[in-house]
Amino acid sequence: MVEIMDQKKFNYYIQGEKNKWEVIIGLEVHAQVLSKSKLFSSSSTKFGADPNTQVSLVDSAFPGMLPVINQYCVEQSIKTGLGLKAKINLHSVFDRKNYFYADLPQGYQISQYKNPIVGEGKIILDMPYGSKTVGIERLHLEQDAGKSIHDLDPENTYVDLNRSGVALMEIVSKPDLRSPDEVSAYVKKLRSIMRYLNTCDGNMQEGSLRADVNVSVRKVGSKEFGTRCEIKNVNSIKFMQMAIQYEAKRQIDLLEDNKTIDQETRLFDTKKNETRSMRSKEDAHDYRYFPDPDLLPLKIEKKLVDTIKKNLPELPDEKKERFIKEHNLSLYEATILVSEKEISHYYEEVVKNCDKKLAANWITGDLFAVLNKKNLSISKSPISATNLSSMIKMISTGKISGKIAKEVFEKMQSNNVDPHEIVEKEGLLQQSDPKALEKIVQEVISKNLDKVSEYKSGKIKLFGFFVGQVMKVSGGKANPQLVNNILKEKLK
Amino acid sequence: MIDLTKISLCDLVKGIKKKDFTSEEVTKSFIDNEKKSKKLNSFITTNFDEAIIKSQTFDKKKNYSGLLAGVPLAVKDLFCTKNIKTTAGSKILNNFFPTYESTVTANLWSEGAFLLGKLNCDEFAMGSSNETSFFGNVINPYGDKLVPGGSSGGSAAALASNLTPATIGTDTGGSIRQPASFTGTVGLKPTYGRCSRWGIVAFASSLDQAGPMTQNVEDCALLLQAISSYDPKDSTSVNVKVDNYSENLTDNIKGLKIGIPKEYRVENMPDEIDILWKKGVEYLKDAGAIIKDITLPHTMYALPAYYIVAPAEASSNLARYDGVKYGHRAKGKNLIEMYENTRSEGFGDEVKRRILIGTYVLSSGYYDAYYIKAQKVRQLIKKDFDESFNEIDAVLTPSTPSSAFKVGDKKDDPISMYLNDVFTVPVNLAGLPAISVPAGLDKKNLPLGLQLIGKPFQEQTILNLSLAIQKRAGFKKSIKEWWK
Repeated sequence: MVEIMDQKKFNYYIQGEKNKWEVIIGLEVHAQVLSKSKLFSSSSTKFGADPNTQVSLVDSAFPGMLPVINQYCVEQSIKTGLGLKAKINLHSVFDRKNYFYADLPQGYQISQYKNPIVGEGKIILDMPYGSKTVGIERLHLEQDAGKSIHDLDPENTYVDLNRSGVALMEIVSKPDLRSPDEVSAYVKKLRSIMRYLNTCDGNMQEGSLRADVNVSVRKVGSKEFGTRCEIKNVNSIKFMQMAIQYEAKRQIDLLEDNKTIDQETRLFDTKKNETRSMRSKEDAHDYRYFPDPDLLPLKIEKKLVDTIKKNLPELPDEKKERFIKEHNLSLYEATILVSEKEISHYYEEVVKNCDKKLAANWITGDLFAVLNKKNLSISKSPISATNLSSMIKMISTGKISGKIAKEVFEKMQSNNVDPHEIVEKEGLLQQSDPKALEKIVQEVISKNLDKVSEYKSGKIKLFGFFVGQVMKVSGGKANPQLVNNILKEKLK
Repeated sequence: MIDLTKISLCDLVKGIKKKDFTSEEVTKSFIDNEKKSKKLNSFITTNFDEAIIKSQTFDKKKNYSGLLAGVPLAVKDLFCTKNIKTTAGSKILNNFFPTYESTVTANLWSEGAFLLGKLNCDEFAMGSSNETSFFGNVINPYGDKLVPGGSSGGSAAALASNLTPATIGTDTGGSIRQPASFTGTVGLKPTYGRCSRWGIVAFASSLDQAGPMTQNVEDCALLLQAISSYDPKDSTSVNVKVDNYSENLTDNIKGLKIGIPKEYRVENMPDEIDILWKKGVEYLKDAGAIIKDITLPHTMYALPAYYIVAPAEASSNLARYDGVKYGHRAKGKNLIEMYENTRSEGFGDEVKRRILIGTYVLSSGYYDAYYIKAQKVRQLIKKDFDESFNEIDAVLTPSTPSSAFKVGDKKDDPISMYLNDVFTVPVNLAGLPAISVPAGLDKKNLPLGLQLIGKPFQEQTILNLSLAIQKRAGFKKSIKEWWK
């Protein structure tokens, strides 16, 4: 089988032995709400604490304990909903999802089933073949379970309830995704929006963001969906992509072999890079959802939604528009600069005092190269936004040349030195005094009279040679624009 | 010397304040009485040593500010009490010691009362005869073969036999009012949301409500006042001001309109119940009330709806008793087997029956036919009451379709057992306040109660009506202390 991929045009189809197939993907992302305390209790949500040190009587489901909704988590999910351009449901209901497991102390998870807090919305992806809108089906609030630890003891399982009761937003996409790359773009965009909003830290290593991936395939041209399989709890974008690739091929093999797909829940084995059946539809839990009688329906005031909306920060899509329109950036530059909240903050800090286009160039070019090389995020950049801004301003005001700037940039990386200091200390200030430059030009001409006559007889390509010589004599500091002008005059 | 255990709660509080007797004397009298009354099996856990210390401390400090200053009280073993075993009448919680105190009992203690012991009840409050308790059935002081009713059977028996001056029960479908009726005592189920459910072992969350059980209506007003509160820890608790029920208590009920619902005249109801009901009408007329015939057309669907909603919620509420965190744990080769063994050993038959029913009615494919339909019925029942309350102030009905029945009589016939709740269940479904007040005796000389159902948060109205009945019925406890 061959995957066909074309950069300019969407073309992720899988060629089987007999047919060409399209892959249909939908995601259920579980995003941990950024909140100090849990969804229904006041226990801390801090990551990495000792086992069972952040557990209240409510989290461990002691007799007679009752849940009380954390209003902050409600506001966080409204905020996220608004960021997804989604409908906020002023009336929503918490339901109990009943099943037994050792790390689920209540014997049920409090979730939202028929009436979620957030309804339909959308996310726009920037793909190489243009922008693509992915529908959001819903967002609902629910409790996380605890953690069962099976490998501490050969006989027993240990349970850590620190996560038990932590607030999650389950964000369900429509089956609109068509390739592993789109899935990657979707998760990154969703994560970015939530980071802009400060509603989820998106930290996949700590489990703050994980997804159930629904995959089905159909013959290219077919309008009907095939039977889907759900791959549970995948916790990195790379694994999601690998799981989809494996699962799509598995399904195609079966279908081309005239076999059927069983609707089932599967697990992705990251070591073997394969999905495995977890339970079939027949074995699926009957969760016996019903409205939680301990909680009243969640009523939200329209006023609250309006207030949150009014105070919403500028989100990546709007920021991108603004950068293109007002900063005159290219779509490519703008897309990169808004992709992460921290990058956009850095850029906006830099352009407070210097040319925007130049700033975009330096950040997406030289700075990113350095960060990539050193494997650093922008928040750990060795060059501060202020210093980069100063340096760029020195270029546009003619204090240093672009070429010298590269040298200064190199030196700024150690100890985040102020570029003014470097320029001064190393005497790198650009020479823009026309008299001094005229002297150098005169010197170069006198030394190369043969080249001058060649130039004058039509070998105009030699102009570059003269420029180079002048720069060399000036130690690279001569203002190239001025040198050009003077040379043109002298060589007339 | 007077028998301090035979004095009403109000008089005990007054007597202690007036220094007619000490808190210690009162406490020791009840303890002595309990020690002579083990046959009734009304206590699961006694807290006597601590109670004596508390009474002595009280007598030294003499802080009379609380409504219940210096009074020892035993409560139903469904309330979590800090560091004191709380079983809910079940083997599965046989070794459970909460580290916290329920809001309702905390309210009692902050009014100056202290804990005398934990009273027997049906397992997880599921039962109408106190025969489902893991700690054995409770005997009605009215006869050695009689049940005290349930699920607050231990509370009713202890109260009627003077082992506690008053007590607190819980009522999900009649669990306060029916045993009160069976033992000639007063029992009130407050409006849903009046008392906090925090720290009460849950049976059916949308129906459960704690309430006072007392010797007379005056005591009931006092105790209701003490336990009522808004509690932010219970999301279903309602922030409505607590009235001064005691101070406002009056039998002047002139002009109040009382509805008599024809649907409560059920088939095969003994004549004496009907006679009692008519007497109740006369008492209220005599006190100046206006009697109106009303119709509550969906009453007949209340019991089946209740026996869907309550088990559904229970099946989920009881899922936490899995042997993992606390309570009884049986051995098993793996997790599933441990669950199965723990719950098989830990729960009794009635609890298992209700978990099965509840699990069934919530399963996919049955949910709409049972649970959703029952919820619709519930709305209709509430609407029946709402509409009636446009014209009347309260509803008068019998509390139960019979007096106390014999131990074992209905144990193996759940339907006939469930029918006992036919008059009490609609009230829980509608979330209304209701009280059972003793109003007479049947041919067997067993007590019978009348039920008054009020508008939401109008507990005062039904207390006042009950006082009018109490004064006219002249009900006298006729217990021969045969067990001593």
